[in-house]
Amino acid sequence: MDVSQYLEIFIEEAKEHLQNLNEALLEMEKSDDNKDLVNEIFRVAHTLKGMAATMGFKKMTVLTHDMENVLSEIRNGKINISAELLDVLFQCLDALEQYIDQIIETGTEGDKTNQPIIDRLNLILEGKDAKASQEDEKPSESENSQEPQAEAIQDDQETIKRKHKMLSFNEFEKNAILKAQEESYNVYGITIVISESCVLKSARAFIIFRTLEGLGQIIKSHPSVQDIEDEKFDLDFSVFLISSESQDKFLKELNSIAEVEEVYVDEIHLEGTVQNFEAKEHKAQEGEQEEAQEVKPSKEKADNKGQAPTKPKANRTVRVDIERLDNLMNLVSELIIVKNGLETVENNNQNMNEQIEYLERITTNLHDAVMKVRMVPVERVFNRFPRLVRDLARKLNKNLELHMSGEETELDRTVIDEIGDPLVHLIRNACDHGQEMPAERKNSGKSEIGNVYLDAYQDGNNVVIEVADDGNGIDVEKVKAKALNNGTITRDQADAMSDQDIVELLFKPSFSTADQISDVSGRGVGLDVVKTKIEALGGDIEVKTKLGKGSKFIIRLPLTLAIIQALMVRLEDEKYAIPLNTIQNIEDVKVSDIKYIQNQEVINLRGHVIPIIRLDGLLGIERERTEESMTVVIVNKGDKQAGFVVDGLIGQQEIVIKTLGKYLTNIKLIAGATILGDGEVALILDVNSLV
Amino acid sequence: METKQMKNEDIKQFIVVKFGHEQYGINIQIVQNIVRMPNITRVPNAPAYIKGVINLRGEIIPVMSVRVKFELDEDQFTHATRIIIVKVDGNAIGLIVDEVLEVIQLSEAQIEKIVSDADDEKSKYVYAVGKVGEELVTLLNVGSIIGVEE
Repeated sequence: MDVSQYLEIFIEEAKEHLQNLNEALLEMEKSDDNKDLVNEIFRVAHTLKGMAATMGFKKMTVLTHDMENVLSEIRNGKINISAELLDVLFQCLDALEQYIDQIIETGTEGDKTNQPIIDRLNLILEGKDAKASQEDEKPSESENSQEPQAEAIQDDQETIKRKHKMLSFNEFEKNAILKAQEESYNVYGITIVISESCVLKSARAFIIFRTLEGLGQIIKSHPSVQDIEDEKFDLDFSVFLISSESQDKFLKELNSIAEVEEVYVDEIHLEGTVQNFEAKEHKAQEGEQEEAQEVKPSKEKADNKGQAPTKPKANRTVRVDIERLDNLMNLVSELIIVKNGLETVENNNQNMNEQIEYLERITTNLHDAVMKVRMVPVERVFNRFPRLVRDLARKLNKNLELHMSGEETELDRTVIDEIGDPLVHLIRNACDHGQEMPAERKNSGKSEIGNVYLDAYQDGNNVVIEVADDGNGIDVEKVKAKALNNGTITRDQADAMSDQDIVELLFKPSFSTADQISDVSGRGVGLDVVKTKIEALGGDIEVKTKLGKGSKFIIRLPLTLAIIQALMVRLEDEKYAIPLNTIQNIEDVKVSDIKYIQNQEVINLRGHVIPIIRLDGLLGIERERTEESMTVVIVNKGDKQAGFVVDGLIGQQEIVIKTLGKYLTNIKLIAGATILGDGEVALILDVNSLV
Repeated sequence: METKQMKNEDIKQFIVVKFGHEQYGINIQIVQNIVRMPNITRVPNAPAYIKGVINLRGEIIPVMSVRVKFELDEDQFTHATRIIIVKVDGNAIGLIVDEVLEVIQLSEAQIEKIVSDADDEKSKYVYAVGKVGEELVTLLNVGSIIGVEE
C-alpha cells in the first residue's frame, strides 16, 4: 500500500499527539496520581503506535508498543509513577520527536533504534511478563467484536448493515434520483464498512470517495462529506450515487481498496415515492432498535481498548499550503498597487471617488481576511517552553516555575516560525543568569521558587512578548566593568552612559556576563543574535531591569509583515516611506531652535530633548542647506525618540513591503522597498537601525 | 542546465551585447528578459556597481552596472541602453549594457576556454572566447560578475 501521500497528515497528527503527550506528562509530574492523565498518555501512545504501524515506521511502532506496555501496567495499578519512570517517558517523548523530525527531513524514520530506552522500559516492566498481559488483551478484544454480530438475528442484521436503506431523501435528492431513472441511469445505495484497525479513516474514506466519483455521480452521503472529512463517523458510511455501471463493478472496485471491510450495494428505485418511503421508514425504525443494542457492546469494546477513536479535537486547525497563501497575498498586493494607481489619476468625478472608496474597502477586507488565515496563536511556540523550563530546572538544580499568559495572541505564521529560537535564548537566560540559586533566593528574602514569566499581548499594531524573571536583575556595574575590560567602551564613554545604555551593551556581539560558561548559556552568542533575529522580523527588543528584583525583556513584533501603512516623504527628488506605526508626530522646526549636545543636533520639544537625524547625509544625498525651517518627523523606537529631517511630506499610503533581494541584504537603514502607484520604486526606511 | 545543452548537439546560444567597442556574450539560458531603461531608484549605501532597484512587473530587481564592475567609464544612458535581467540560483538581477546586438549560436568547437588568472579578480568574469567568423566574442561568466558561482 502506498502511504506516502498521507505522510503529511501523519506528521501533523503525530505532532499534535506528541504535544498532548508532552502536556500530559508535565501535568502528571505535578499531580501525583491521576488516572485520567495515565489514560490520556496511554491513548496517545496507542494512537501513535497505530499510526506508525500504518505508515510502516517499525522502530516507532516498537518504541510506542513498549511504552504502551508500561503504561498499561500503570493503569492497572501494578506500577507506581516515580520520578525515574517519568524521566524514561520524557526520553520516549524525545525519541519520538526525533523520529518525527527525521521523518520530516528524509521521509524515513532513520536507523536509531533507541534500544537503551526500550531496555529501560522493559526493566520497569521487570517481574511481569509483558507479552502475556498483552496476549490477554487481544483475544478478548476480538471476542467482543464478534459477539454482537453473531447474536444478531440474520434478517435484521442485514438491514442494519445496509444502512443506506434507513436513510430518507429530501425533495432535491428525490428529484435527482427520479431524473436519473428517467434517463435510465442506475441509482445505487452503498454502505461501506471500514476495517477497525484503520487509523487514517478520513483518508481512507477520501480514497473510497474518489473511486466512487470515478464510477458515477454522488448525490448524497451519510454522514455528510464534511463530517467524514473530519472523521466524525464510526466505521461505516453510506452514499447514494447515479451511475451507468453495474452493481458488480462497484463491489469489485470497492473491495479492492485496502482496509475496506464490507461493502453493501443496492439498486434503488423511486416511484410512487410516498408509499415506498413509509415502508422504508418503518423498516428503519426496527433497524434502529436493533442498532441501539449493537451500539452498546461496541462502545464497551472501544473503552476496553482504551481508545476513543472519534474524540473531537479541541484545536480545529486548517492546514493551508503556505505557497497558496503567498499567491493570494501577491494578488492582494497587485490589487493595492492598482488602487494606488487609480488614486494618482487626476479626476474630480464623483463616480471615480466612489469607485476608489469601494476598491479601498475591498482591498482592506481582503487584506484582513488573508492576514487572518496567516495568523497562528503564539501557543504553537509557547507550548514547548514548560518542558524547557522543567529540564533547565533539573539541570541547574533550581526550583523554577514558568507562568505563561496570552497564548491565544495571534501572530503571522512567518513570525511564529522564526520567533521560537530567540525566545528559547531569552528563557534560558532568564533561568540560568536571571534566577539565583535557591539558597541565594532564601538569603535575600525571596521564596525559593524562582518565577519565570512569559506573556504575550497585542498592543495596537504590535504584538508584545515579554520574558521576565524575578531573579537578581542585571548588575549594571558588572556589565560596565566587563565592557571596559574587553574594550567595548572606553572609560570616558562609560562615565557618560546611562544605566539603560549600559544594559543595552548586552545586545552587542560577543558579550556575556555569565561568570562561568555553562551548558545552558553563556557562550557570548546570545542576545546579539536574538536582537538581530527580531530586527530581521521587523521588531525590536528592549530590556528593563532592577537589581535584586529581576529583569524583563520586551519584544515588540509587527502584527503583519507584508502590508503596512506608511508616511511617504520626499528628500530632494527621492521618495522614502516611513512606517506609520513608528511615527509619533510631525513638527516644523526652525533651524535656530537646534541645539547641540555632545556634537549631536537636538531639539527641545515640549520638554523632551530629541536628537535630530539628518536623513540626507545618512542616505548620501548631496546638497546645500539653506532652509530656515525644516520638517521633522518624530519617530519612536521603544522608549527612544528621534527626529528625521525631511524635505517634504507626500502623504499617508498603504504600501506593500518587498525585499530588496539577496544581492542587497546588507544595506543598513533600508528595511525594504515598495512599488508606488506610478510604478516607481520607493525605499522603506528602517527606523530601528536609524534611531 | 549545462548537460541538457550538450545533448542539443553541443550548440549554445548567447546574447551578444556591447560595452564600448567590445562585444560580450551572455548565455541565453540565464537570461529572463531584456528591458529598456526604466527609472532606477537609487539605494543608499549600496556598493557602487549597484545602480539601484527597478520595478519589473511588481518585482523589485536590483540593477548592476557592469561597466563599474569592470572598471570602465561610467554608463552613458542612450536610447540603445538596455537592462538584461538574468536569474542565477533563483535570484534575479539586472545588468546594464550599452547595446544588445543579436543572438548567436556557438558549437563547442567555436568556444575556446581561457584559464583565469588567480591574481586578477577581473579575469574571473570571463570564461571563454567565442569565434564567429572573423569576430571574437568574449563570453561572460555572469555568476562571478554578480557574485554567485554559475
